[in-house]
Amino acid sequence: MSELATARATGALSPEELAALHAQHRPPGLFQRAARLVGLLLFFGLWELMSVVILPRIDPNLVTLMPPPTSVLAGAWELIQSGDLFKHFKASLQREAVAFLYASAAIPIGIVMGWSRTAQHLLEPVFEMLRPIPPIAWIPLAILWFGISDLQNQFIIFLGIFFPLLINTIAGVKNVEPNLIRAARCLGASELDVLVRVVFRAALPQIVTGVRVGLGVGWMALVAAELVGATSGLGWLISDARSVLRTDIILVGMISIGLAGLLIDQGLRWVAKKLLPWSLAMTR
Amino acid sequence: MGVLDVRSVVKIYPGHGAGDDPVKALADVSFTVRENEFCSILGHSGCGKTTLLNIMAGFDAATLGEITLDGRPIGKPGWERAMIFQDYALFPWLTVLGNVGFGLDMKRVPAAEREAIAKRQIALVGLNGFEHRYPHQLSGGMRQRVAIARALAVDPSVLLMDEPFAALDAQNRSMLQDEMVRIFMEQRKTMVLVTHSIEEAIKLSDRIIVMTRRPGRVKADIEVRMSRPRAEEDPEFVALKARIRDLIHDEFDLSEAPAAAAATR
Repeated sequence: MSELATARATGALSPEELAALHAQHRPPGLFQRAARLVGLLLFFGLWELMSVVILPRIDPNLVTLMPPPTSVLAGAWELIQSGDLFKHFKASLQREAVAFLYASAAIPIGIVMGWSRTAQHLLEPVFEMLRPIPPIAWIPLAILWFGISDLQNQFIIFLGIFFPLLINTIAGVKNVEPNLIRAARCLGASELDVLVRVVFRAALPQIVTGVRVGLGVGWMALVAAELVGATSGLGWLISDARSVLRTDIILVGMISIGLAGLLIDQGLRWVAKKLLPWSLAMTR
Repeated sequence: MGVLDVRSVVKIYPGHGAGDDPVKALADVSFTVRENEFCSILGHSGCGKTTLLNIMAGFDAATLGEITLDGRPIGKPGWERAMIFQDYALFPWLTVLGNVGFGLDMKRVPAAEREAIAKRQIALVGLNGFEHRYPHQLSGGMRQRVAIARALAVDPSVLLMDEPFAALDAQNRSMLQDEMVRIFMEQRKTMVLVTHSIEEAIKLSDRIIVMTRRPGRVKADIEVRMSRPRAEEDPEFVALKARIRDLIHDEFDLSEAPAAAAATR
């Protein structure tokens, strides 16, 4: 950005001016970047020291509870080579994706609720009653209903995604600029045209926000659901590793869960940037 | 085509609360906008001029009386009464071409023809080369040009304008007013402009309806026969401006004497 500005103005700038400009607006220094790296290295260094040197002196068994980063890396390599990590990763992502497909029903429901007073009065009390119940609280009932199965997991994730998506969609519809709807109507748009071509489009940025929040909540719910009610997936992986005291695998699983969550969110941001350049430009 | 008949229109808004009195926004307004006439509705803010325009567009309904377009009562909003808004109301997710083509798309005009018409309208408002820009990449004046092109593209019987230049800076406003005069002379059609600017009304109109304060009624119906384009320094322009200013100031004094206003009701 600053380079672009410089290039644009260069023609009119003298060398002294250019030097002054650079002195005032330096790119993020090497020093600052180095500081970030040092912080990370210190963290891992201290951890390694703790696990390899300090803990064994207190009690040799403690290392089992807190393996050093090097063993975690070795554990990760082992899981990657055996294909187990990928298998569980895939199982979890698949559940999240299927649950999202079901939960995306919140988009049309939210549009109708945001658009029609009657629909809102009809549906809101029910949703407002169900919404405060954390998805995790449904797990015991869901296990009885669906057993230890994909369906049980998907149901819990569905609950995690559905409500944030619904609420954001309703808010998005209610926030649509009234003059956009009027403009569409006086250009000959039918009621359906208005809903699909204007209201949905105008609400889309907030719907995408709902998807992002929903997938985040869903991912948390997924881990909880897998911990107690699955035979595969990253949640199950760490729960299973606990029963055989493989703390290195627990840590690999935890890190994978975090990475996957980050990956999903970053992926969505990227998609939103590509699909909704106008909305990002407006909020800038 | 494009004869807009306003017959004894009364608009009363209900009060919001129990102790809230109903508000009379329009009291018995009648006038006729002739075919291909540029008619301005001029008045203070709160005189009900925008309410009147909204009833013409079909966004609001008259409490009493009716408005007809070519003899047919006005119902729901439709493309034969396209509107230009003060805040442009462009669809931010569509390009200039998409915005201008929107109404044609709603009319189910085939894609090729739609693009041809849209491009012609974009050229008419002087936005050649900006077809693929998004509204947020354009200045206020350019956005309003897009809105004008978008409204004209559907070929409405009457073009409604709600203070379309009020949000622009002085330079852009004056430029767009001149542009509007040119567009009106090139694409003759019935146009109704709501404004609070006397200069704007004189510069553009064949006819100026001056409204009273709330409840709004027609205070004066003035024909402007000067040839276009009109210069503000023209003695005729200056004289008319003074006359209308007196009419409006008059109205201002009246509102400060509620008893007098009640007596005329």
